[in-house]
Parts: sequence; structure tokens; C-alpha cells
Amino acid sequence: MTATSKTVLIDPLVDNNPITLQMLGICSALAVTTSLMPTLLMCLALTSVCVLSNTAVSSIRHYIPNNIRLIVQMTIIASLVIIVDQLMRAFAYETSKQLSVFVGLIITNCIVLGRAESFAMHNGVRLSFLDGLGNGLGYSVILIFIAVSRELLGAGSLLGVQILPLTKDSGWYEPNGMMLLPPSAFFIIGLMIWGIRTWKTAQVEQPEFEIHNAVGSEAR
Amino acid sequence: MQADSHSNGGTQSGWIARIRNAPQNSTGNIVMVAVALSIVCSVLVSGTAVLLRPLQLDNEKQNRQRIILEVAGLLDNSGQDASGKEQSLEQLFSQIEAHVVELASGEYVDTLDPATFDAQAASRDPELAVEIPAARDIANIVQRAKYATVYMVRGESGLNTLILPVYGYGLWSTMYGFLAFEGDANTIKGLRFYQQAETPGLGGEVDNPRWRAQWQGKLAFGPDGEPKIEVIRGVVDDRAGAGDGTSAARYQVDGLAGSTLTGRGVTNLMHYWLGDEGFGPYLTRLKATGEVQ
Repeated sequence: MTATSKTVLIDPLVDNNPITLQMLGICSALAVTTSLMPTLLMCLALTSVCVLSNTAVSSIRHYIPNNIRLIVQMTIIASLVIIVDQLMRAFAYETSKQLSVFVGLIITNCIVLGRAESFAMHNGVRLSFLDGLGNGLGYSVILIFIAVSRELLGAGSLLGVQILPLTKDSGWYEPNGMMLLPPSAFFIIGLMIWGIRTWKTAQVEQPEFEIHNAVGSEAR
Repeated sequence: MQADSHSNGGTQSGWIARIRNAPQNSTGNIVMVAVALSIVCSVLVSGTAVLLRPLQLDNEKQNRQRIILEVAGLLDNSGQDASGKEQSLEQLFSQIEAHVVELASGEYVDTLDPATFDAQAASRDPELAVEIPAARDIANIVQRAKYATVYMVRGESGLNTLILPVYGYGLWSTMYGFLAFEGDANTIKGLRFYQQAETPGLGGEVDNPRWRAQWQGKLAFGPDGEPKIEVIRGVVDDRAGAGDGTSAARYQVDGLAGSTLTGRGVTNLMHYWLGDEGFGPYLTRLKATGEVQ
């Protein structure tokens, strides 16, 4: 594997992560992460859609008329999402019911369209494939981390298997109900961003403008 | 391709000219790409839909069976039966007796197989459906099948559980569910929906186990025999002796916060299906034959 393809694949995992750096796809990161099983399925769905749409867009990029390129990309993405949704209803019915509308909403997930428009339109099929895979995995890493924290702290279980014995079953762990509510995902994402930016200081954003304080003592 | 390009393309400069002169942006090419893409995508999408349809229908059927078993109390939601044994869905479902009922007369119909009769599809079939007069269409379903599949569980002392399919319009969607009665066809065992698209978190909470649990033990019919069960607004006041059998609380279920219309929809569908338009004649017949005491 050449250095470029390696960067394309590895970069989105931490250094250029779609969620923690680009702040895309937050909506589904809040909605589907209450427990691990639907999260894994959602990650699989998004990664496969991202890989396939990138590959498809890249392979016909020389034929896509510039005027209708976004519609072409959306058509490809929407078709892929419908196919993935149909597959889930056939092979993972119970979990797909929990995911309800969120599989369909992959169509509007900014990560997928963002990669198609900014990467696959300008790069070859192989690199676009790797880019789709990298971004899908970058999304998955964050979602799985959130889901593990939420299910473990909120319900004391992982994949439905009880890990921390709950007080209501005469164990010692009192579950944190807030973890099962959407705001907790915000807190976890926030803490992750803080952690990552402390570790990788290059990701810290420079202020877009400077605040001039007339008094001067507090000015930076 | 020069002829295809924009007429004054030659006089323009910079990026506009480059885009305009590129053959891939000619109208002909745009139409061609759009048509080709639509054909490829639609073939893929409809192909998958057609191929996977049998599997999906199978899943939906199993889901309905699971809900029937759960509402009858034969299966808890961890996949175990009442005695804690693991049994396959088919084994459990074999305890249940199914009949197709002609709603208007309340008689069983032997010509239709309860395993394959689909009331949802039949309600759209002009041969099998009747239109409901607007004045009596309290559940807002416009037309319904002439027949419905009912399920029964028999114990040693006769009828143990009677399960009726019910549906009606909530706020956004038609809610399809099953209502289970004790052997007296009045005491409710449970109400569960298997298909609804109410607002998640508000009306969608009709699927919330804690809300569903309230239905158990409520009475559907008032002393006069008319359907009386109701989803009220706010919380049921059961201080005045809920156990005496006559107090209003026995006919009431807590409303769901923020979903008055869904709650009203549930009340309406109960009244419709338990009234003369719905299973009224059937229940009357069961009482007359002594199957229901």
C-alpha cells in the first residue's frame, strides 16, 4: 500500500475524523447510540453506503455533467440507502425496527455526500474506495465508543448481556438513566473532542477573530 | 461536439467558458446521463425490493405472531415462555386457535384460512371490503375487510384468552394492534401495537412497556354493555377505591403526555372495534353460545 492510500484510509480515524473534527453526522450519533447492537448495524450500514457511493461516483466521475452532479450523487446515495434498508428488513428485522427512520436518514448524512463531492469527484476509484472506508470507520469508531459508554453506564449491559449487576436485581450498580437520553451523547462527544484536541494539538481551531477588550487587562 | 456547445462559448473566457464548452455539460449529455442513471438505480432498487420481499413478509408475520403471544401472556419479551422454557415461535403459536370471523354476523367462516387471510390487504380489495359510513367511522379507517382473524387460547376451564385484531388512525398513522381479553371478554389482558408511525417519544410511546402495563385488568365494557374503556388526558384518579369494580378508574388509562390525539385515536379504535360495527356481533354470539361467561 502506497503512502497516499495509507493516509487516505488512516487519516479519518483520528486526525481528520468526520465527527470529532468535521462535526458531521452528529444527528445519528445522538439517536442510535443508546445501545450497542443498533449502533453496530448503523455503522455497518453507513460504512457500506459510504464505500459504495464513493466507488460509484468516482467510477463515473468523468461522465457526470457538472450542472447536475449533486443530483447524480444524491440519486446514487439514495438508491444505496434504500437497498441497505431493504437488506436490513430482510436479515436483521428486530434491530432494524429499533433503527426505524435513521437508516433512511443516511441519505441526508453529510459525511456520505461530503466525501462523494469533495473526494470521489476528483480521485480515482481505488483511492475513493479507501476514503469511503476510512470515513465510515472513523464514524464507526466514535459511535461505538459512545454506544459502549451509554449502554454500559445507562443499563449496565453490553449487547444486552448484563455486565454490571443492577441494584434492582440485588447487585451493586445503580444505572445512570441520563445515559439513555440523547443529551448524554453530546456530553460524551464533547469530552472526546476535548481529549483528542489535548492529545493532537494541531486540531485546536484558531479563533476566527480577536476580541479587543477596551479595558485591556483581560485582552488576549 | 463543437456544434453542441453554447453559441457564444468562444467569446467567453476563464472557467465559465471551460465548463460551457465541455461536451459533458451539453444538454444532450445531461439528459443521457440522467436517464441512464435513473434506469440503473431503479433496476437495482426494485430488484432488491422484489427479491427480498418474501423474507421481509416472513419477518413481519413472525413479528405479529410474537406480539400475539406476548399480549396473550404466553411469551415474555426476553423470548421465554411463561414457564421460563425456551420454545420456538411455531411451537408456542400452536397452542393458539385461530378463526376467521365474518364481522357483520359474528359467525366463523370456514372457507378462509386464518393462516393466510390478511385483513390489511383485504381491506383494500373491493370483493372483501366494505365502506364504513362516515358517521360511524369513529376509528377513521374509511373501509375495512368484511372478515377478521381472531385468536383464542383455551385452558381447562374453557376460554382462557381471546385476542382481537384492532386498528385505527392516531395522529399521523394507522396503528395496528392486538387486544387480548380474559375469558370473560371484558377484562383486558393487554393491548399491543405491531405497526404504527406516531411521533417517536410522544405518541410513539404507545409501545412503552410501562404504559402498556396499565391496560391489564381494565374493563372494556360498562355495566350497560357499551364500550367504555378510554384513554383519558392526564393521570387516572384511582383513589376512590379502584378495586370495587364500578369506579371510573377501572375504565380509564393514563394519557400519554404530549399526545392527546394519539390517545383519542386509541380510544376511538377500541370503541369502533368493540362496538356493533366491529366485533360486537361476534362477542354477542360467544356469550349466547356460552363460550364466554
